[in-house]
Amino acid sequence: MNKRTLSFTLNGEPIELEIEPHLTLLQLLRDKLELTGTKEGCGMGECGACTVLLDGKTVNSCIFPAIEVDGKSVITIEGLTDAQGKLHPVQKAFIEYGAIQCGFCTPGMVLSAKALLDENPKPTEEEIRSGIAGNLCRCTGYLQIVQAIKAASGQ
Amino acid sequence: MEEFINVGKRIPKLDAEEKVTGKAIYIHDLKVPGMLYGKILYSSHPHAKIKSIDTSKAEKLPGVKAVLTGYNIPPIKFGVYKDNIPLKANKVCSLRDEIAAVAATDPDIAEEALNLIKVEYEILPAIFDPEEAMKEGAILIHEEHVGGKEKKPTNVLNLPWRLMAGDVEEARKNSAHVAQDRFKVTWVAHCCMGTSGCLAQFDLKNNLTMYSITQIPSLAQRDYTDALGAMGLKDKKVRVIKTMIGGGFGSKLDTYAFEYIAILLAHKTRKPVKILFSREEEFFATSPRQPAIIDIAQGCTKDGRLTFRDIRMTLDNGAYTSWGATTPSVMMMPISSLYKVPNIRYVAKCVYTNNTYSQAMRGYGNPQATFAIDSQIDILAEMAGIDPLDFRLRNANTPGEVTPQNFKIATCGLRECIDVVAQKLDWRQNRGKRDGRGMGMASMIHVGGGARVYKSDGCGTIIKIDDFGTVNVITGATDMGQGSDTVIAQIVAEELGVRVEDVVVTHTDTDICPWDVGAHASRTTFVAGNSAKGAAKKVKDQLLEVAAKSLGESPENLDMRDRVIYSRKDPEKKSPLGKVLRAAHYTAGGSMVMAEYFYDPPNENLDREFKGNLSVTYAFGTHGVEVEVDKETGQVKILKYIAAHDVGRAINPMLLEGQVYGGATMGIGYALTERLILKDGKVMNSNFLDYKMLTAKDVPNIETIVIETNDPFGPFGAKGIGEPGSVPTAPAIANAIYDAVGVRIKDLPITPEKVLAALKEKAKK
Repeated sequence: MNKRTLSFTLNGEPIELEIEPHLTLLQLLRDKLELTGTKEGCGMGECGACTVLLDGKTVNSCIFPAIEVDGKSVITIEGLTDAQGKLHPVQKAFIEYGAIQCGFCTPGMVLSAKALLDENPKPTEEEIRSGIAGNLCRCTGYLQIVQAIKAASGQ
Repeated sequence: MEEFINVGKRIPKLDAEEKVTGKAIYIHDLKVPGMLYGKILYSSHPHAKIKSIDTSKAEKLPGVKAVLTGYNIPPIKFGVYKDNIPLKANKVCSLRDEIAAVAATDPDIAEEALNLIKVEYEILPAIFDPEEAMKEGAILIHEEHVGGKEKKPTNVLNLPWRLMAGDVEEARKNSAHVAQDRFKVTWVAHCCMGTSGCLAQFDLKNNLTMYSITQIPSLAQRDYTDALGAMGLKDKKVRVIKTMIGGGFGSKLDTYAFEYIAILLAHKTRKPVKILFSREEEFFATSPRQPAIIDIAQGCTKDGRLTFRDIRMTLDNGAYTSWGATTPSVMMMPISSLYKVPNIRYVAKCVYTNNTYSQAMRGYGNPQATFAIDSQIDILAEMAGIDPLDFRLRNANTPGEVTPQNFKIATCGLRECIDVVAQKLDWRQNRGKRDGRGMGMASMIHVGGGARVYKSDGCGTIIKIDDFGTVNVITGATDMGQGSDTVIAQIVAEELGVRVEDVVVTHTDTDICPWDVGAHASRTTFVAGNSAKGAAKKVKDQLLEVAAKSLGESPENLDMRDRVIYSRKDPEKKSPLGKVLRAAHYTAGGSMVMAEYFYDPPNENLDREFKGNLSVTYAFGTHGVEVEVDKETGQVKILKYIAAHDVGRAINPMLLEGQVYGGATMGIGYALTERLILKDGKVMNSNFLDYKMLTAKDVPNIETIVIETNDPFGPFGAKGIGEPGSVPTAPAIANAIYDAVGVRIKDLPITPEKVLAALKEKAKK
C-alpha cells in the first residue's frame, strides 16, 4: 500500500507523518497519534462525538479522510487547555453548570461550542441549540449544556 | 432549618475535569500489551436450524488467533432464566443470535475473518407476534421448553407474575364508572453515547481480570465466576475493573453474551481480548426496553374515588430471557400503589418470539405501566365529569399510608407536586379549551429507599484518612455519569466536617471496593449514601477520641467543622485535623484513622404474593405539560414542561436537576419520537439518523421543581431520583394532546401520523 505524507498543525504544533491513504481523521488521531480524547460514537457522522476543528470549523472526524488535513490546522479536545494547563472558558463553564454526566459526548460538544462562540460571540439560546444540534447527548437533556455555553459567552 | 456546608450545594462532578479535557479513559480507549480484537458473527435468519458452520478459511487468515463457535465452547448458560448460551449451536432464534467469534491482531482482520465463515441454515418459520405465539399450536421458539400445569411445550414462560388485593369483581360491580382500554408500548433503545465493550485478560494461573462497564460490578463478578466454573476453572479469582462508563440507564445491568465471548477468546488465545460494539451492533445486539400489550380497566365512585385496577399484560420476551421478563415485578408498584386503589388484579405473561429480547431501562417497567394507568385516569375522570387535577388530588397517596402491596409510605410529597404543577401551568384558567392547545399531567411512584430485589440490598464503604486530612472513600457503588461519586463525597464531607475537595472517591475495582448490589432502582444516593455516612460517623468518632486526649476534653464535647476539631463548650480549644492525625500516628503505639460500614436498608423481599415493603421509602413526582398540536401535520410541540419531584432532600441540586432533565428528555423521546423498528425480527433503524433521539433543538425548556420532604431514613433526608424523571412523561403528554385536540393515542410513540389518523377518525364521527 502506498503511504502518503501528511503535514499539518495539530493543537498548535507542526506535525509530519506517513499514513495509509484510506485512514479517517478519527483513526489517525485515536489509533496512530493515541489522542483518545476524540470519541467514536457512531462511525457514520451522525452523533458528533468525533467532532474536531479543522481551520476553526467543526468536522465529523469519523468520516473525514485524514489526508484532507494536509496543510491545515486541527484542534482536538487535548488542544483546548493552554500551555499552563488552564482550561478554556467553555470547559470551565461545562464543569460549573453540570453540563457533564457520563462525559462521552463532552469533547465533541465542547469543540462545537467553541466553534460557535468563535464565530458568534453572543449567540441567542436558539443559536446555541442549533450550534450543538449535531452533537447527541443522552445523559443531560442538553439544558445544562446550553446554560454553560451561554455563561461561557458572558451572557 | 439545618445549615449545611456541603449538602445542598451545587458542587461540580468530581470527574468533570477529567472528562472535559479528554483524559478520561473509557473502554474504547483502553489498550493493554498483546491485546487482540474480538468480533462476533450474528445469525442471518430470525429462526433457523444451523446445518453446518465452516470456519476453516477464517482460521487460516493471517492475524486470526482463534475462531469459536457453539460447537467448540464449554456449556455456559446465562440469563435470569438460564436459557441463553454465548454462541448458539444447532439453531438460531433471532437475528441477534451470536454464532461465531473471532480474535485477531486487528479489528479489520477480525471483520474480514467473519466474512470467511460459511454457515448453512435450514430456515424455519418464525413468529414475531407475542399474542400469536401464546396460542395453542404456535411455532415453538425453544422446543424443549414446557410449561403450565400439564407441562406441555409452550412459548409462555413459567413466571409467576400475578398480584391480587381485595376483590376486583365486587369493586367493578360497585363502580359508578369503569374505563376499559388497551395500551401498547414498544421497544426503545438506551442510546448510550459510549457503545458497549469489555476487555478480558487471564493471568498465568487462569485468574480473570475483566475491564468492564458494568453497573453491577459485584454481581458481574459472580456471573464471570460462574462462567469460569463452567469452563472447568473452579476456584479461580475474578477481578472486575470499571473504566469510565459512557452511559448506563440500565443497559449495563445484565451480563451479555459478548462478555462471555471475550472471556472464552481470551482463554483460548492466552492473550487479552477486547470486544467493542459498533453503533449498529449497539442498536440490534443489545437489549432494549421491554415492550408490552396492556389491557387495563379502572373504576371509580360517583365522586371520583378509585375503586379498582384490573390489568392484564402480554410481554414479548423475544428469543432469550433477560431482565425484561422481570419488569412485571416492578410494574406491580404503580399498579398497586400509584394513587390509592383498594382492589387490584394484575396478571402478566411473558412469551417467547423470534424478536430481540429486552432488559432493564430507566424505570424498569414503571414508564410502561404508568403510561397506561395515568392516561386512563384522565379517561375515567372525564367519564365522572371531574377535572383530572381534582381526580388526582382526591386519590393522591399520603404519608404513612400502607398500600395494597404492603408498601409503607414514609414521606410523600405527591400532593405538593400535583399542586405546584397545576399552579405553574395555570391549570384552572387554561385547561379544557380544546383549541389546538392543551395541558395534561401525570404522576409517578418509584422506590426511593433501595429495593430488596435480591437477598441483599446492601452497600459497603471503607474510609481512611491520611496524615494531612485527605479522606479516601472506597465504595461499592457505581458512578456511570449520574454523580454518585460526588454525592458520596458531599455526604462524607458533611458528616465528618471536612470539605468536598478533601475527599477522593474510589469505586472501580472489586479487589479494593466492598460489595454493592448495583446501580439500579435509583438506590445509590440512598443506600451508598447511608453506607458512606455510617462509615464517616465511625471515622469521626475515632477522630474525636484521638483529639480528646490532646485537647484535654471529653469526646462528647468535641465536634469537627471545616477541618478543625473544637470543643463545643470552649470553641477556643481547637486543633486542625492534620495536626491531630499526625499526633496520633507518629508516636509509639500510634494509630491511623479508618473505618468501614456495610449498610443494608431495612426493607423487605416481596413474599410469594408479591407483597412486602420493597423499599424503605418511596419517591413521588408529577409532570405537567402544555402542548400545541398542529391539526394539519399532527406535529406536537411542547410549549411548557414542568417536572416536580419529591426527592427527600437534594444533596446536590445541580446534579439532581441533571437527572431530571436527562430522564425527562429520555421520557419525551419515549412519548413522541423513539421506536426501535423491528420488521420480521430485523432492526430496521440501527443508526442515529433513523432512530429519533432528541437533539438540542428538540428538547423543550424543562422546569424542575424540587420538593423536599426530608425523609427520616435517607442520608440527610435524601431519596432516589435516577429513574423518576423518565416515568410520567408519556401519560402527561398523551393527556395534554387529548386536551388540545380531543384525540387519545394509546400506543407509543405518539407520532404525527398517529395524531393525524386519529383526527381524521374523529372528524368522521
